[in-house]
Amino acid sequence: MRILGHKLSVTAQIGLAIIAVNLIVAVFAPLVAPYDQTTILGDAWADPDIHHWLGLDNLGRDIVSRLIYGARMSIGLALVITALSFCIGIITGFAAAVTGGWVDQALSRLVDLLLSMPTLIFAFVILSVLGSGLPVLIVTIAVLDSTKVFRLARSVAVGIVSLEFVEAARLRGEGWWWIITREILPNAIAPLTAEFGLRFCFTFLFIAALSFLGLGVQPPDADWGSMVKDYRDMINFGSAAPLYPAAAIAILTIGVNFVVDWMLSMHSRGQGEGA
Amino acid sequence: MTSEIAGTPIVLDIRAMRVAVRTDAGDGPVLVNDVSLELRRGEVIGLIGESGAGKSTIGLASMGYTRRNCFIVGGQIVFAGTDLRAIDAEGRRALRGLKLAYIAQSAAASFNPAMTLMDQVCEAPVRHKVMTRADAEAAAVHLFRELDLPNPETIGSRYPHQVSGGQLQRVMAAMAMVGKPEVIVFDEPTTALDVTTQVECLAAFRKLIRVHGAAALYITHDLAVVAQIADRIMVLRHGKMVEFGEARQILQEPREEYTQRLVRERTEGHAFIDAKSAGALPVLAVESVVADYVGKPKVIDGVSLEIFRGDTLAVVGESGSGKSTLARVVTGLLPRVAGDVRFNGASLPPRLSNRTRDQLRRIQMIYQMPDVALNPQQTVLDVIGRPVSFYFKRSRKEVRERVLELLRHMDLPEHFIERKTSELSGGQKQRVSIARALAAEPDLIICDEVTSALDQLVGEEILRLLKRLQDELGVAYMFITHDLGAVKRVANKVVVMLRGQMVASGDTASVFAPPYHPYTELLLSSVPEMRPDWLDEVLARRRAKAAA
Repeated sequence: MRILGHKLSVTAQIGLAIIAVNLIVAVFAPLVAPYDQTTILGDAWADPDIHHWLGLDNLGRDIVSRLIYGARMSIGLALVITALSFCIGIITGFAAAVTGGWVDQALSRLVDLLLSMPTLIFAFVILSVLGSGLPVLIVTIAVLDSTKVFRLARSVAVGIVSLEFVEAARLRGEGWWWIITREILPNAIAPLTAEFGLRFCFTFLFIAALSFLGLGVQPPDADWGSMVKDYRDMINFGSAAPLYPAAAIAILTIGVNFVVDWMLSMHSRGQGEGA
Repeated sequence: MTSEIAGTPIVLDIRAMRVAVRTDAGDGPVLVNDVSLELRRGEVIGLIGESGAGKSTIGLASMGYTRRNCFIVGGQIVFAGTDLRAIDAEGRRALRGLKLAYIAQSAAASFNPAMTLMDQVCEAPVRHKVMTRADAEAAAVHLFRELDLPNPETIGSRYPHQVSGGQLQRVMAAMAMVGKPEVIVFDEPTTALDVTTQVECLAAFRKLIRVHGAAALYITHDLAVVAQIADRIMVLRHGKMVEFGEARQILQEPREEYTQRLVRERTEGHAFIDAKSAGALPVLAVESVVADYVGKPKVIDGVSLEIFRGDTLAVVGESGSGKSTLARVVTGLLPRVAGDVRFNGASLPPRLSNRTRDQLRRIQMIYQMPDVALNPQQTVLDVIGRPVSFYFKRSRKEVRERVLELLRHMDLPEHFIERKTSELSGGQKQRVSIARALAAEPDLIICDEVTSALDQLVGEEILRLLKRLQDELGVAYMFITHDLGAVKRVANKVVVMLRGQMVASGDTASVFAPPYHPYTELLLSSVPEMRPDWLDEVLARRRAKAAA
């Protein structure tokens, strides 16, 4: 199997398969899920049977259905947040690299300021003050995350800006928007894509952590992090219920990382020996 | 081959070697095809050819090494009785760095900046457990002295960035020699150096090879350099041997047509100085300009020059002389501190951002490295078409027609218009760069070392193209270069720069004729000539001068 003229490694194929299954399930959740995520179907913690493969949860809802709807919420949210943080991070990072001088200084120091505070605690404060609605959650995590994207985008762009074709564009009198979008972005896309995969995982886990702590996705909507939180006590009674959402998080993270590793190896060059 | 070498034993015997690219996608091109050579103790064989000729591949393969995805697919490499292909990677590693040594082109990129020179010079013999650290250090100091490095006892405690490029290249030679190798591979060791530094390094290398009686493969693209050092010369092209013979025979009576062309380009040089000044007002007038980088001493100090329509003015100097900075001041990338830059009579704003679009259009630039001067993600249409649409606001169809016209002008096929620039060869990229500059219809083109990254014959064609364009369009060139051969051929005016100041200027004929400025003379005398005795003569003359 090949993508973009590069051979896919076995792990990359596994990773892509995992991502594909997750995406299909997330997109077609209402069609795939046997029940609605909020419908109470029986007793709390009912054992698995032929209708409810993984049993029922603390309120008597179908765990399989909640996992499927949770995929939609968790993956969708992580995608939106990562995309937003990349838009912010790339534009500001590239702008800092291209303009240099005080713009670069101001942006870089602002980012240093944000980076100096523990992300989780910072997010905690903001979400407690502004309430944990979805828009607030999205913007908060995206802004906090964009600081890391800024760092990468700036350092990649600084390398490209020093190349002569960018100088040629400057001498022509091009504005910074042209330089960012036409000269730098196409040449920075490889490391940024790899970073996107990585950041997606982190965001995903971050949302899970916030939900686990009760500040993320609010009930009754299902998401994998809050499901782990809701089910965690059952581990004391020998129930596997909290392991299902935890495993879902783990598997998707591994899948994405397989693909990211492959992309990174594609762009790194090494020395070899063949006699 | 002198008779004394003819009798010595063969240390490296390469028989019918083939090196080819093998990737997951299947078999790639053959890089080295059926090359054989016998290297005797004390002998230096020069490998010469243009890029892609397989010189470096042969150099590495003679140590049993290939680059990623390349494989030695045929033949034998016999070193001291063992075929390097027959032993395993461990066995080869035991020989490399000790019995087989390699000196790379760019010493600056080959040293670890975080370790002292001594640590790196001693690393191989200590790691291979053939010397104690103290013995290795003593040997290194001895070599430093032989290589005429300053302060041989203490230079080893410095870091790579604390010595000059020429010194670093010689330290690398010491690193190669410290394990007392039997074969040394020199891979273009002086190409990245200034001409005056090159002479010192060449003399040091030659002394080293003679004193230690080692055998060497000397890889270069410059026939005049190899003439000074090699006993025999092998001319390569497209991975195949073109001609192999005694150095004198290759240089003086080349048999093959390709060798004859190489020799001819180097010896004769087609003088096409007929650039003529035209018009009463200079296109560009630089008036006692001073420039510096913040907090640093002046990089250029009091430089003045005038370029008229149809002129080719060469700015000559070594690295660090400020010649590229001068170009940055003219283009406005580096604002001048004092003085004036007038363009067609009107003073140009010092800063790029304050210049009008028309002012920007009239000065264009062509760069040294075509690989980084063109955005690898853009097509030829994007690259050449952008100045047309940017400055002249043409429709897409008109832009395309103009680009096709320019491609024809550059002798490039029209179907290149859809190609990405990364798919072109070096010479083709440089033609696209020229087309991009011309698309703006400029009055002045600044050429920053435009041929130095290209092969000799390709560079020659680029110079000829530039000349033809000047004849047709009357554009003026400011030609920044360290290649004095090219200067004599293309420029009608010349400015010689040393440490940011002009030391000589005027018509090419008068600057390059006696009485010279001492620095001009040093530069001129450092350009290698095709005679094998040239280096001895230069060194003898300098010694005589130093004594007097």
